[in-house]
Amino acid sequence: MSAPNPAAAVSGPVPAAAPAEPATMPGHRVTLGVDRPMRLDSGAELGPFEVAYQTYGALNADRSNAILICHALTGDHYVLDQHPVTGKPGWWEMLVGPGKPVDTDRYFVICSNVIGGCMGSTGPKETDPATGEPYGLGFPVITIGDMVRAQKLLVEHLGIDQLFCVIGGSMGGMQVLQWAVAYPESVFAAVPIATAARHSAQNIAFHEVGRQAIMADPDWAGGNYLLEGTRPHRGLAVARMAAHITYLSEPALHRKFGRNLQNRQTVTYGFDADFQVESYLRHQGITFVERFDANSYLYITRAMDYFDLAADYGGGTLSNAFRKDGKGTPVRFCLASFSSDWLFPTSESRAIVHALNAVAANVSFVEIRTDKGHDSFLLDEPEFHQVIRGFLDGCAEHRGLTRPSRP
Amino acid sequence: MSPLDDNQAAARTASGNGIRTDLKLIAEMVEPGSRVLDVGCGDGALLAFLSRQKGVDARGIELSMDGVHQCVAQGLSVIQGDAETDLKDYPPGAFDYVILSQTLQAMREPRTVLETMTRIGRRAIVSVPNFGYWRIRVQLLLTGRMPVTEKLGYQWWETPNIHFCTIKDFVVLAEEMGIRIERCMIVDRAGRVTGHAHSGLANLLGEQGVFLLRRD
Repeated sequence: MSAPNPAAAVSGPVPAAAPAEPATMPGHRVTLGVDRPMRLDSGAELGPFEVAYQTYGALNADRSNAILICHALTGDHYVLDQHPVTGKPGWWEMLVGPGKPVDTDRYFVICSNVIGGCMGSTGPKETDPATGEPYGLGFPVITIGDMVRAQKLLVEHLGIDQLFCVIGGSMGGMQVLQWAVAYPESVFAAVPIATAARHSAQNIAFHEVGRQAIMADPDWAGGNYLLEGTRPHRGLAVARMAAHITYLSEPALHRKFGRNLQNRQTVTYGFDADFQVESYLRHQGITFVERFDANSYLYITRAMDYFDLAADYGGGTLSNAFRKDGKGTPVRFCLASFSSDWLFPTSESRAIVHALNAVAANVSFVEIRTDKGHDSFLLDEPEFHQVIRGFLDGCAEHRGLTRPSRP
Repeated sequence: MSPLDDNQAAARTASGNGIRTDLKLIAEMVEPGSRVLDVGCGDGALLAFLSRQKGVDARGIELSMDGVHQCVAQGLSVIQGDAETDLKDYPPGAFDYVILSQTLQAMREPRTVLETMTRIGRRAIVSVPNFGYWRIRVQLLLTGRMPVTEKLGYQWWETPNIHFCTIKDFVVLAEEMGIRIERCMIVDRAGRVTGHAHSGLANLLGEQGVFLLRRD
């Protein structure tokens, strides 16, 4: 880890303008809900709206090899591409690509930016056609169900009746579960990773800290910062700093930084970033502000908070959510958790496994031993990658997907 | 680690055609195309055999992470879990067969496990090492110490096996619980099937017993 400049603290200079977007963003964009607006869980209607997405690999003749990747809270559809704003490599390059566990030589991979997001899909920073101004807080509150509803429209638009697999971690895992429960006939296999069937009280609490940090920033301007020409970059950076701690683990932080001091031999008896870990967090906060919209952060964290599959689909009992017409779900599941993840601990995955067992569903479940915390699903975890590869291979066999002949 | 992990590799080579003798016998009891749950499935040898050779909808549950990783990475449906806590969620009759091979003796409550197995499976298949096997009797008699054999290769202080029984004990327990033994195979050291479950000779000569069970 290259040491970030300690002077670049959260209060440092950040341009007031919105994140600089290249004139043409790589990927595709489609307008959905034109004929009929999409009805949201809140009762509001959204449409027409835009969905930005990216695809990799090729759809086969009978359209049976499509894998939908669902991104996490602050992710986007640039799974493999260099990120147009940060210039960093795609967020799941380790897992997805030619010859990788999610093999783009074999599967047609789709990933969309969720609605409410800020990388091309309709969200609070986009222009409301009714007013000609940015939606801001006028954007309707969305849920994980709404995100998945929009993905379903996209998948239909691409002419795909049944996805071979839906896969994703964290918030992406919530979307995977939502897919499997809302559209079981449209999903052959589901891979929810490091996730839960409902957002826990502790996680809602963390999200509230982040939202309050944003809203306490005077530059947030009641959500109207785009019109006011300000940006709540301090609040958003603080939100990111707090959240980032939850994605790691004490062993991971300790290994990286311990109590090491940043560019100095002794503490300063002040509030500079004396410790490397402080400097690192400040850096995380600042770089996040470059690529993310504060209002989007409010909406998407809220969507996660509201997620509760048992309440929404099972009358309070999770296993009922996995029942359809008196039978257990036909979807083949593979769950994975990480032993040091305290944000979405293994017990949350195990609760889903138990609910699936109760309907005798076809389920695999693995806890990966690692000390890297929640973010492990984005990192180089060979055992995890082997499990995903094996599960997909097994499912492909059952689905009758033949291996492509390599030249 | 599963109590099976150590002796599995050795036994597999002994059987000569890919899977352990008792697993081969178990596989013979399973109808093609049925739904099977293998409890303590280890590295998935039986699951792989059943799903590939007999078209079985095969699932597994395994305590050891290494076992689960091996299974899932080869495309088998296996969950990481403990038979004594994670079987209770399944609905009655969820499977045609629930299999427990060479693991009952490692359970804290073998009776509860048997009960659960015969509830969630229309049939259960259980293989148990026979503590009444003559070599074990002779070892205890002559040395006065807890027997250690090839199949039960642990010293008393390190063994995961906490509830040993003999073939006779198992038969008595099944009767008491109202579980019918539909089929039984007593297997000797060479992997030959001999005798009848109720015969004293089977209890003496059998190194293990394989039972097909059904709740009356």
